[in-house]
Amino acid sequence: MTVNELIDKLELEVLNLEEGDRQIEGGYTGDLLSWVMGRAQSGDMWVTIMTNVNVIAVASLVDCACVVIAENAEIGDEVIAKAKAQGINLLRTPLSSYKICNEQILL
Amino acid sequence: MSEPIRFHFDVDGDNFSSAGEASVQVKRMLRQIGISPDVIRKVSVAMYEGEINMVIHANGGDADVIVEPNKITIVLKDVGPGIADINLAMQEGYSTAPENVRSLGFGAGMGLPNMKRYTDDMKIESEVGVGTTVTMTVLF
Repeated sequence: MTVNELIDKLELEVLNLEEGDRQIEGGYTGDLLSWVMGRAQSGDMWVTIMTNVNVIAVASLVDCACVVIAENAEIGDEVIAKAKAQGINLLRTPLSSYKICNEQILL
Repeated sequence: MSEPIRFHFDVDGDNFSSAGEASVQVKRMLRQIGISPDVIRKVSVAMYEGEINMVIHANGGDADVIVEPNKITIVLKDVGPGIADINLAMQEGYSTAPENVRSLGFGAGMGLPNMKRYTDDMKIESEVGVGTTVTMTVLF
């Protein structure tokens, strides 16, 4: 599934979209950034409620396909600007981490 | 590639938000010189964890990356408080990070274990009150 298809099917809010045809190869959810860096895989959809600027650095280093911010967590303009600068697909949903992962698996 | 390629960065100890700049730059440069994505991931994650450690504990420091034909070496040097018990610091889940750092999603006690996991060799030289130098090697 591509990031564009994910956005369409789960009605995600697009905060930044650089590479909509990137394939989603797996998924990971977590808010402890070191834990995510140790375990998430390249091409993952990463679901988190963390919204500080370090999230963008972690997403870039792990090379995830997209970041999905759960529970409509508030996110600063500077973080969205950072996502743009580093080419990170950054999305948001009102659903919880649990629910968005469940919906993605059911697609 | 005969001569090693060297990158040097000053890691700013005051700015938590910019921690990771050096790692992201290294990632970009390694991609430009054609290093494989797998190796880039190992180097950049290990370096990022090290950078974060220097910002949290040591008020910044120096980061050097040396690229040779079959390996990449990362040297992180600080003049921070040093690590009293390296074996304890290496345990997953052990952390001395302050609460404000934890609220950012760090301080889970995974930094040094991740650095070890992502590299083929890691050496920590540390003296309390003097500083710490971490040398990591990724082979390919």
